Amino acid sequence: MNYAFDFGWLADYWPVLLKGIGITVELTLVGGVLGVSLGIACAWARVLGPGWLKPIVAAYVEMIRNTPFLIQLFFIFFGLPALGLRMGELPAANLAMVINLGAYGCEIIRAGIQATPRGQFEAGASLGMSRIQTFWYVVLVPALQRIWPALSSQIVIVMLGSAAVSQIAAEDLTFAANFIQSRTFRAFETYFAATLIYLALAIVLRQLLRGLGWTIFPRRTAR
Amino acid sequence: MSLIEITEVKKRFGDNEVLKGINIDVEPGEVIAIIGKSGSGKSTLLRCINGLETIDDGSISVAGAQLLPDELHLKALRLKVGMIFQGFNLFPHLTAGRNVMLSQMVVKKTPKAEAEVMAKKMLERVGLGHKFDAYPDQLSGGQQQRVAIARALAMQPIALLCDEITSALDPELVNEVLAVVKELASEGMTLLMVTHEMRFARDVCSRVVFMHQGRVHEIGPPEEVFANPKTPELKQFLGVTH
Repeated sequence: MNYAFDFGWLADYWPVLLKGIGITVELTLVGGVLGVSLGIACAWARVLGPGWLKPIVAAYVEMIRNTPFLIQLFFIFFGLPALGLRMGELPAANLAMVINLGAYGCEIIRAGIQATPRGQFEAGASLGMSRIQTFWYVVLVPALQRIWPALSSQIVIVMLGSAAVSQIAAEDLTFAANFIQSRTFRAFETYFAATLIYLALAIVLRQLLRGLGWTIFPRRTAR
Repeated sequence: MSLIEITEVKKRFGDNEVLKGINIDVEPGEVIAIIGKSGSGKSTLLRCINGLETIDDGSISVAGAQLLPDELHLKALRLKVGMIFQGFNLFPHLTAGRNVMLSQMVVKKTPKAEAEVMAKKMLERVGLGHKFDAYPDQLSGGQQQRVAIARALAMQPIALLCDEITSALDPELVNEVLAVVKELASEGMTLLMVTHEMRFARDVCSRVVFMHQGRVHEIGPPEEVFANPKTPELKQFLGVTH
């Protein structure tokens, strides 16, 4: 083995990596917030929504959960322009991540809603709240609390999965790493650095989500 | 006209007819105890009055308004009739105060400051003014049930339905809840309660309804129903041996 490891030159590419990190963080933030919102809406629709909406949401969820993320991304970026829906690589990447997390989030949040004791719905109803008000003010927060660890994991998975967006030339961290590697042919150092950065991002994200959990859910739920 | 008119109400779950034509008229200020074996339909009757179960036949009206199963009519009904449950059903993610404030703000669109004043007043009324900021899991069962009562009262209902509200409580906590109910009764609140507290029913209630197999089997003032049961079923239920 006569490969000489050298990490010193990486400093020259730091701006490139930093930009990639920025894009990855942005994708995760937008994907996380909008994806969870979509997941909540879909979970509501599947459990408590009108009858005509349930099969539509179920079809969406199954479609996304049973196809590769990369294909979803390609379809949005390369396929949709055929229908006149043309968008840049970043909007396409954002959209793909929202749609993806929306479907997985839906199933996780649905479990949380379904575990709600019937008495909570009845208490809301007996106080004159509509079904949607009861869902929003009474059911949702404890339901999210029940599944928060699973939802947090899914958000981290989506963040890591965002590496795929480099394939449509969205300039995320993986794109930056590929770019550096193709310039320098120093694959080991480049991907080693990328690995460490992803690891750090994932750990920080998990801690942030845990902290967020502590603030949104002040009490442990009964049952 | 009576405050609550229950006329020929029938309810079935599949093949099982739980209510087989119930007739009860409740006057304002009356305190009515509904007693009977489990499965006699007493909880179902109460749940029908609040629209938590739809009825298959007959009619229920509260203060002259017919109970209809659409969301608008149900909301109007539930603003008049509060309900308290065996399992308290407090909202676990909200403090006691917030539990009492929520429906005022969401349903009645009461401004927050006003809702807070009302919540404090109602918690005082059930003896829990100092627990405004406590979460349900920091309260005993008896305290939780009293918060639930305060929560129902904050909507200013004209009648309260109590569904076995002391059945889930430890024996030593039953009295603190019954004391609150007794006070409400003395203030003129109309109460319909499904209960197993016979002593309480005898002392506080104006009428006792004995339900048996989906029907009102006997009805009358407590001294009559308890001291002089007419049917063998009620005698057996009360454990009277002649």
